[in-house]
Amino acid sequence: MKTAAELLADIPGLAGVEPVTRVTIPARLDYTYTPGGAQSRFLTALTGQRLIGERCPECTRVYIPPRGVCPTCGRATTEQIDLPEVGTVTTFCIVNIAAKGLNIEVPYCYAYVLLDGAHVSLHARIGGVPHDQVHVGQRVRVVWNDRSRLQDKPSLAAISHFTPTGDPDADPETYRRWM
Amino acid sequence: MTTPTERDVAVVAFAQTAHRRSTDQLSEVELVLPVLQDVLKQTGLTTEQIGFTCSGSSDYLAGRAFSFTMTLDGVGAWPPISESHVEMDGAWALYEAWVKLRTGQADTALVYSYGKSSPGSVRDVLTRQLDPYTLAPLWPDAIALAALQAQTLIDAGQADERALADTAVRSRRAARDNPHAQLRGSADADDLLALPYEVQPLRRHDCPPVSDGAAAVILAVGDAARALHPRPAWIRGIDHRIEAHQPGSRDLTGSPSTRLAAVHAGAFDARVDTAELHAPFTAQELILRRALDLGDAVVVNPSGGALAANPVMAAGLIRIGEAAARIHRGESRRALAHATSGPCLQQNLIAVLEGEK
Repeated sequence: MKTAAELLADIPGLAGVEPVTRVTIPARLDYTYTPGGAQSRFLTALTGQRLIGERCPECTRVYIPPRGVCPTCGRATTEQIDLPEVGTVTTFCIVNIAAKGLNIEVPYCYAYVLLDGAHVSLHARIGGVPHDQVHVGQRVRVVWNDRSRLQDKPSLAAISHFTPTGDPDADPETYRRWM
Repeated sequence: MTTPTERDVAVVAFAQTAHRRSTDQLSEVELVLPVLQDVLKQTGLTTEQIGFTCSGSSDYLAGRAFSFTMTLDGVGAWPPISESHVEMDGAWALYEAWVKLRTGQADTALVYSYGKSSPGSVRDVLTRQLDPYTLAPLWPDAIALAALQAQTLIDAGQADERALADTAVRSRRAARDNPHAQLRGSADADDLLALPYEVQPLRRHDCPPVSDGAAAVILAVGDAARALHPRPAWIRGIDHRIEAHQPGSRDLTGSPSTRLAAVHAGAFDARVDTAELHAPFTAQELILRRALDLGDAVVVNPSGGALAANPVMAAGLIRIGEAAARIHRGESRRALAHATSGPCLQQNLIAVLEGEK
């Protein structure tokens, strides 16, 4: 087999050129990120252990977390809705790889939870139940993290996970459209 | 003057935010949504009636990857729409939309762009567009590069600091009538020249304000355009050209790419009465005026230009919008709009807009 140097020998421009194979150029830019009005309302409400969604004035769908805009209608969602702490698992997966910086033992269950009255699902971990017993249609309730540990800082970490309520499974008709 | 053909494209609506130093209470989509709603309302169109949507913005301003997707909720992107994005000023998004319309792939287009400079330091952020091996590591910030350009102009005897100050005064006083502008009004040139340098030879007044803002435009073809506006601003020509990436390999006193784009856009085919130039720094306006042969009879930057409000990634689209709005209002017959990108006017776009006879 020919070496790289032999293969490139016919290119006069490369004659005698010692290739630079690595340069190290540190670059750092700092940003102050702000989540905007709707997400701020959502995150602030979490510190008070409330789940706030926002309703589209046109199609009346309720979004959580709210982004301030209905993606179907392109309209501002101006009405805030207090959503209950209970919902339904609409899909889930079993995570077998420990995430960096996440202090949760694997395997664990990661799911979509459609809160009652919402039309998009929240991402959430399902706990308090063996992962192989989690299933679609299961009714679950939010488990809040200890408020003192969060020091009332607005954060999604206010939610620890969701846990089964023990109620019978939801009628598929209640969540089929919003999976 | 040519008669509009079936596939001629016109600007039929334009809206922009009130640009300000910081909009940290708003997310990107919350910043953009009001201007989207505004142009839709002006035309009576709904999001599902828009044939093509194209936006311009920059991840480096937002400080996160795929940041443009955050604004897609604002255009009602579910069910899926025909959409594209350029990591450039919205003027280039408008160019892409114009191509789509000219080639018959859509009859209406929504173009928008936005820039929130406030989360980071925009003068440092802009260094990331430079050559990564030999220039970016030196962190020559946007003002330093503009100062180099201004100094070459002064050294060539084509401008002096007084001429730069006069440009700043004229622009910001013109912006008094522009409710969207951020800097509206200016001290006298004598007072400005008594102030210290920011980066010699540039003083604060030679530099644009740091702005958050957004803009949106609706384009339509032929009869669709006539149905949406009684006086469409027809795009008679549009072209963009680019120069070498290394500022050191260019003659910074001129702007051949602007002139080339202008020739191809038909800017010299007939006199323009108005020019909206995207010149964030005072010296750049002087360079552009010369590249475009703009005499004193031409009204330049009646909006105040980028010196009065400079939402990066939107300031170029706003030039097209401002020029179109003057045609819509009957204040201009034939206007030139210019947008720039890159360091020291590296890349330039020219659009020529006309009202109907």
